[in-house]
Amino acid sequence: METVKLDYIRKAPKLSAFLTSLPAIFRDRWRLVALVFATLVLIPVLVVISSFFHPEKEVWQHLYQHVLGDLLLNTLWLVLGVGASTLLLGVSLGWLTAVCQFPGRRILSWALLLPIAIPAYVTAFVFIGLLDFTGPLQGWLREAFGSSDWFPRIRSTGGVILVMSLALYPYVYLLARNAFATQGKRALEAAQALGHSRTSGFFRVALPMARPWIVGGLMLALMETLADFGTVSVFNYDTFTTAIYKTWFGMFSLDAASQLASLLVIIVFVLLILEQVSRSRMRYTQAGRHQETGRIQLKGVAAWAATLFAVIVVSVAFIVPLVQLLIWAANVFAEDFDSRYLGFLQHTLMLAGIAAVITAVGALLLSYAARRNNDSLTRTCVRIATIGYALPGTVLAVGVFVAIAWLDRTLLQLLQPIMQIEAGMLLQGSLLIMLVAYMARFMAVGFNPVDSAMQRLPLSLDDVSRTLGVGSLTMLRRVHAPILRGGMVTALILVFVDVMKEMPITLMTRPFGWDTLAVRIFEMTSEGEWERAALPAVTLVLVGLLPIIFLSRHGNLNE
Amino acid sequence: MNNNALLELRNISQSYGDLRVVQDLSLQLAKGQIGCLLGPSGCGKTTVLRLIAGFERLSAGEIRLSGTPVATPDFSLPTEKRRVGMVFQDYALFPHLTVFENVAFGLHQIEKSLRGPRVMELLEVVGLAEAAKKYPHELSGGQQQRVAVARALAPSPDLLLLDEPFSNLDSDLRERLSQEIREVLKSQNATAILVTHDQHEAFAMADEIGVMHQGMIQQWDTAYNLYHKPNSRFVADFVGKGVLLSGEVVERGRVMTDLGGLYGELPDTVRVGQTVDILLRPDDIVHDDASKLQATIMHKAFQGADILYTLKLESGQQVLSLVPSHHNHKLGEKIGIRLEIDHVIAFRRT
Amino acid sequence: MFSRILSALLLSVFTISAAHAADEVVVYSARAEQLIKPMFDAFTKETGVPVKFITDKEGPLMERLRAEGKNTPADLLLTVDAGNLWQAANAGLLKPVQSKVLDANIPAHLKDPDNQWFGLSIRARTIVYNTKKLEPADLSTYEDLASPKWKGKLCLRTSKKVYNQSLVAMMIAEKGEAETEKIVNGWVNNLATDVFPDDTKLMEAIAVGQCDVGIVNTYYYGRLIEKKPDLPLALFWPNQKNSGVHVNVSGAGVVKHSKNEKGAVQLLEWFSSENGQRMFADLNMEYPANPAYKPDPVVAGWGEFKHNLINVAKAGELQATAVRLMDRARYK
Repeated sequence: METVKLDYIRKAPKLSAFLTSLPAIFRDRWRLVALVFATLVLIPVLVVISSFFHPEKEVWQHLYQHVLGDLLLNTLWLVLGVGASTLLLGVSLGWLTAVCQFPGRRILSWALLLPIAIPAYVTAFVFIGLLDFTGPLQGWLREAFGSSDWFPRIRSTGGVILVMSLALYPYVYLLARNAFATQGKRALEAAQALGHSRTSGFFRVALPMARPWIVGGLMLALMETLADFGTVSVFNYDTFTTAIYKTWFGMFSLDAASQLASLLVIIVFVLLILEQVSRSRMRYTQAGRHQETGRIQLKGVAAWAATLFAVIVVSVAFIVPLVQLLIWAANVFAEDFDSRYLGFLQHTLMLAGIAAVITAVGALLLSYAARRNNDSLTRTCVRIATIGYALPGTVLAVGVFVAIAWLDRTLLQLLQPIMQIEAGMLLQGSLLIMLVAYMARFMAVGFNPVDSAMQRLPLSLDDVSRTLGVGSLTMLRRVHAPILRGGMVTALILVFVDVMKEMPITLMTRPFGWDTLAVRIFEMTSEGEWERAALPAVTLVLVGLLPIIFLSRHGNLNE
Repeated sequence: MNNNALLELRNISQSYGDLRVVQDLSLQLAKGQIGCLLGPSGCGKTTVLRLIAGFERLSAGEIRLSGTPVATPDFSLPTEKRRVGMVFQDYALFPHLTVFENVAFGLHQIEKSLRGPRVMELLEVVGLAEAAKKYPHELSGGQQQRVAVARALAPSPDLLLLDEPFSNLDSDLRERLSQEIREVLKSQNATAILVTHDQHEAFAMADEIGVMHQGMIQQWDTAYNLYHKPNSRFVADFVGKGVLLSGEVVERGRVMTDLGGLYGELPDTVRVGQTVDILLRPDDIVHDDASKLQATIMHKAFQGADILYTLKLESGQQVLSLVPSHHNHKLGEKIGIRLEIDHVIAFRRT
Repeated sequence: MFSRILSALLLSVFTISAAHAADEVVVYSARAEQLIKPMFDAFTKETGVPVKFITDKEGPLMERLRAEGKNTPADLLLTVDAGNLWQAANAGLLKPVQSKVLDANIPAHLKDPDNQWFGLSIRARTIVYNTKKLEPADLSTYEDLASPKWKGKLCLRTSKKVYNQSLVAMMIAEKGEAETEKIVNGWVNNLATDVFPDDTKLMEAIAVGQCDVGIVNTYYYGRLIEKKPDLPLALFWPNQKNSGVHVNVSGAGVVKHSKNEKGAVQLLEWFSSENGQRMFADLNMEYPANPAYKPDPVVAGWGEFKHNLINVAKAGELQATAVRLMDRARYK
């Protein structure tokens, strides 16, 4: 190896001089990987942020006077509410299913993941349909008791928080469960041997030790909350996203809209940095080795209460919306279902599949780079590379599209004299642009589970492998990949399901004829035809269930 | 029964399904004593420890701490109320807390102002006062071990449980640290029970040792007696090196072997004319150039001050001999040996 | 191994690229697929000209056109609401079209003064009421809904929907900003409940008595009544004594960098012809833009009414002003 390299450099003295003249930070291969991924995500983000070169003073004055205050407050409530309730649901259910034993635990432990397959806006629509003044429940109440005025308003801050939490808790649940499962009972026993009760041990040891995983899940849930447009629209709840769209579509100022979006990015970035700083020198490789010490047996009322709790969550977050969707879909099935659905399905699966693979591999390389180089540049790159999840999908889609269109124009100008191709599109209208956009958007979703798994890999393992003469890539394949398998499977499936549900990027960047199930949902909902949207939605949910069930069997759930 | 015992196990049993892991086991430990359960892996010793700690439910019997029952098949006092401390095999230090915070973790019931001094006192004892602000991952294995001990001792538990506490350390550190920890425990007048598969660890730490096999204690005794007066073939084999040499009982109290006749107390059940196995430790066979008895060197292991020779007798039986290392002989060479045995340990052939 | 997989992947990613056939018309549409595909199919059948299309929201479609610039494959931009069409023309994404057929078929107030876009169907935004609670005599104008007598009885859809932005923009064009702001304030004060995300939900609320009256697009009413004919709902045509019912259009314009302008104009002209108008309007229970053709009998059954004749382009011009006005009035 070494001699080959030297030979090469001797033959190409200029190149070697060039390489050594590069700033030191670019010379490390892995840091370069981190930089490349960060750049891919950064380009669309930069397009968005570049809007600051076009100050929209007048629009901002208006926003400042009449809009900003409300929407900041609304966004704050939403983030606090969704944050608190996804934590409560995700952590408690994660702990119960990972460490305790109660009736139905096995089935519930994967059933609790299922809500992830249902797009949040669908849950929102179903809940409003059922629980609003015009819905069957309140209708029945009025018939039976004459009034339903006491019934809490579903179209309210509480309602939005409820629906979003039910749709997003699985992120926290999945990662928390994973952390608790690998932690095992050992840390808790250590706390008990030091005179702490189980409850105290949970809060003082088990919970803090699972912190990076829980925070990882929480960050995903909150970024999705901030970026969400569909759910808040159904509730007509004004947040940053709705203001962004209103400024864009209503006031025709994409620049001001982008500036609002940049503000959102900055908020998220600050949050991420704060979390990182607060962790400082702490490490989270588990206390002691994982040992099969059995589960905490819940007895009597406690056991059944646990079962009931989990069953209620699964029912409300998954079964109720699914049943409603099935009823609607059955009504329109005969009319709407045709052979094109096979095509929608095929496109959906193919896009989600390829995007999941690229994103998971990207996340792996990125996480690996972060592990090898723990310097601030690499860390910042990683942060940037995962920020796309916090941007509203359409804004990111525009960012990607503008960047690619520019590249296309430049390439065409260069190539036209040589190759005599007529004006047209190179990258635009190809799948590449879609896949890059998906990756930019969902990198965070893939990165979190992979990086969590990576945290469990002791660095000494690398040293061992290197002493055995194994290079970086081989090491990744032979040593790390088997250990990271669980995290990778989780990443693949989360990204897969998320891409399936994704709407704005798919809409904007799909090639002609590449309609997916999500596009179908859009066509129907854009005309307010929610019942007809149920058919593609239900197909989407059912297809999404398959990988989730797979995850529960082969992912790191069953550790 | 001795009611002054700090720890008392009365006929305890533990099964997982059909598998009986601990069978009808009893032991007592007086205050200030360091006891040890020694045995190969899978003998049930760790289960005994976890039963004492209260991590597992008892199938039969009773566990008493300071005379009070803490566990029966129907009742189990929660771990945190038993006043036991535990040092885990993998230390189980909390990675999100500093050394100081780890040691202070069990001090939540004492007054706040007293916690700091108590933590520092223990860190002084284990020699890690400097490392108070470090995180566990910044310490070496031996240092982590000492933090784990300090943490377990901090709340002054009535009983300290140590689960293979040195198994993750290299042998040199293991011996030094077990001596150190013993001194720490003795200085705190702590009562402790140690579980290990390593006899050197047991010998270095414990006052009394129980050798466990198949869920039962084979022999509860001092280290000296376990080595020199094992009561079963298993103990003889498991504790220390040695071979069993067959011989014939020629008269009451006299056995004839390939190495000559031996006198000693024999088990009551042994009759004249029967064949018995005599336990021979390497130090029972002394190298003596003058001896007429010759044996061929089959194998040698250099151990610094001594060399351990494996010797073949003319009859084909093999014995071990520990010889000062300046007697350096070659493989295949014949050397003179003689028996120098204080008390004969004989087991009847079954 | 790895590189082989990679190259296979890259190949599959790149090969699915768009090739622009010479005679086909490429449409970017903000009108949903189920409303346009049958028309394209009919057009292709009649003329032999193939149509390729992609659907999305107006905003991204326009951004897409802007980013693609000269390289765009699109020939025609099809969208709902004059506000969006005005915005596309204003951003220089469309080009003027000279066509005698279009001039003859589309009335002046339903198209761009510079012929950059043409309204192809009319959508009326009118008043809907609960027939158990109100008589037509109780109702008169949009402005009247701001009067205190409707306190707690009015339901509105969100101001984020372009239909309401256009409605308010047209009121500004007619009455000026100050007057309009008073009216919008009055509406907000009269709201019975939080504004709704869509017209259908709003009508359902009126039907069960959460409120008495609201403002909706007629085709939503048509769709709902088709499914649930028993609902106690009826349409009312306001402002018949003065300016007329607020109308908007669904329309299209030829893309500035179109490679097939001839085909695009041909498609536009076909839309304005009898078959095109029928399908354009009837597929979604709208009114034909070409006055020569009557609407679908069901739609015609709702009665004839006087249109507001101000050019719908005003809706675009004043849309941003309308949005700000509604923000000030805290109309969510």
